[in-house]
Amino acid sequence: MDLYLPIAEMPINALTVLAVSAAVGFISGLFGIGGGFMMTPLLIFMGVPPAIAVATGSAQIAASSTTGTIAYWRRQAVDVRLGLILLSAGMVGTLIGVWAFGALRRMGQLDLVIVVSYVTLLLSVGTLMFFESVRSLIAQQQGQAIAGNGRVKRPWYFALPLRMRFPQSHLYTSVLPLMVLAMIIGIIGAVLGIGGGFLMVPALIYLFRVPTSVVVGTSLFQILFTMLAATILHAANNQAVDILLALILILGGVFGAQFGARAARNVRGEWFRLLLASLILAIGLRFSLDILVAPAEPYSLGTQEGRR
Amino acid sequence: MRKALLVLFSLWLTEFARAEGLVVSLSSQHVDINSTYTGAQLALFGVVLRDSRSATRADHYDVLVTVKGPSGLVTVRRKERFGPVWLNREQQKFSDVPSVLSLIATRPIPEMAAPEFIEKFGMQIESHVLPKTVPASDGFGAALIRLKQEANLFTIRESGVSFLAPDVFRATLDVPAIGPLGIYNVDVSLYAGGVRIAQADTFFTVGKAGFEQFIAREARDHGVLYGMATAAMALAFGWLASVIFRRD
Repeated sequence: MDLYLPIAEMPINALTVLAVSAAVGFISGLFGIGGGFMMTPLLIFMGVPPAIAVATGSAQIAASSTTGTIAYWRRQAVDVRLGLILLSAGMVGTLIGVWAFGALRRMGQLDLVIVVSYVTLLLSVGTLMFFESVRSLIAQQQGQAIAGNGRVKRPWYFALPLRMRFPQSHLYTSVLPLMVLAMIIGIIGAVLGIGGGFLMVPALIYLFRVPTSVVVGTSLFQILFTMLAATILHAANNQAVDILLALILILGGVFGAQFGARAARNVRGEWFRLLLASLILAIGLRFSLDILVAPAEPYSLGTQEGRR
Repeated sequence: MRKALLVLFSLWLTEFARAEGLVVSLSSQHVDINSTYTGAQLALFGVVLRDSRSATRADHYDVLVTVKGPSGLVTVRRKERFGPVWLNREQQKFSDVPSVLSLIATRPIPEMAAPEFIEKFGMQIESHVLPKTVPASDGFGAALIRLKQEANLFTIRESGVSFLAPDVFRATLDVPAIGPLGIYNVDVSLYAGGVRIAQADTFFTVGKAGFEQFIAREARDHGVLYGMATAAMALAFGWLASVIFRRD
């Protein structure tokens, strides 16, 4: 069933997109991530202009994180205070990101920045997670306590000014490093069309020792509002949100995510992280092939700047 | 000397050929893009007008229809090795490149006229795309044409025009689904004996209609509201899914 997208200005097979978004939704529900880092490249691969893919993807992430946030909220696994701090800084990052997105697009460098950032992010996060989960798996098999769990030493950035207590996360830290982190993720998220959950979750766990039980809910809470803002900003600034494409992505995404979330109950924690790490690594490697292997067609066309 | 004679001869032919006229008409001058749009087809009809002064010709008529979509600036980039990675390094900009270009002819264009006329009358893709200073062998220029052809935006159909009667012909114009919106100019040229003897122009427009037009207009004119509507839709579906799948 072909459907013409009014903003992307191209026909697309609605059933294919629905199937792909449901599959991505399943994976995102399985791992509690937005799935933007899979959806955006897939859309670009299907011929959707990168700018539209990124901007429209933010609407889909908003929808799936709504569902996620509601689920974690019911289990009281959202640290609202921490979420609001991350959100305020994340918004600033999103604003900068949306602006940078437009500027890069005008300079003709957007595609390059998107690919290079994806490779760097996915490979580094994937590798870190991969080795961490393998280490904890090995440690578990040998019946040892996971190293570093009982460490008392607090990192230096906890002691910066503007300290705040986050009882639900058992955290007492300066809010400055939290805000810097959220801002950077906000910028990356707006430029790459990802929620940044796959960056935020490990960062909160490893850098701030936030308990795993509240990390995902809090991150989803923050992503929800960041992506709602990103959708509106992308629509207002770059006219790059395709509401029809968004609708298909949302439909597939939210329902796929529900089934993914059910499947997640049957997977154990360490294996779960190992799987996610492998997935992130695989996508990162796929992307790096694009820039590492000599291209069959070295030439490419930029978008036509038309006189309408 | 031979060249000069040839020019004189062709001038004389052009003079002489005024006697023939060409009238063309499109089946529609508007292509409406609706939700199920996957490209469009238009029929073009043409009649060769002859009067008593028109000479009886030994050669058949040949027709070449040139359809040009809205033109604009195109950047062609070339990937080059930079350390371990391949990056877009060099680029070249081409101005005034038609977004869509299709040449529809009665028979293979090289058979229709001598090479110098093919160039002179713009009977090849190159003449509509590349400036005269860029040779067709230029890497960037050739890549531009190749990539546009691969995307089906530049096409040549060698037997797309058929004569229904000795002086009535018909052609089918394909509008590609990813062709941009705007005005498409259609040039119809009549050839005989390897020279152009008559020419006529028409055009059609491609524009969004109905729902598609409404959405595009809202996105452009009320960006913030449009964004909020999209955001509200995301929230509504996200909430709906959690209600449907709620298990207490």
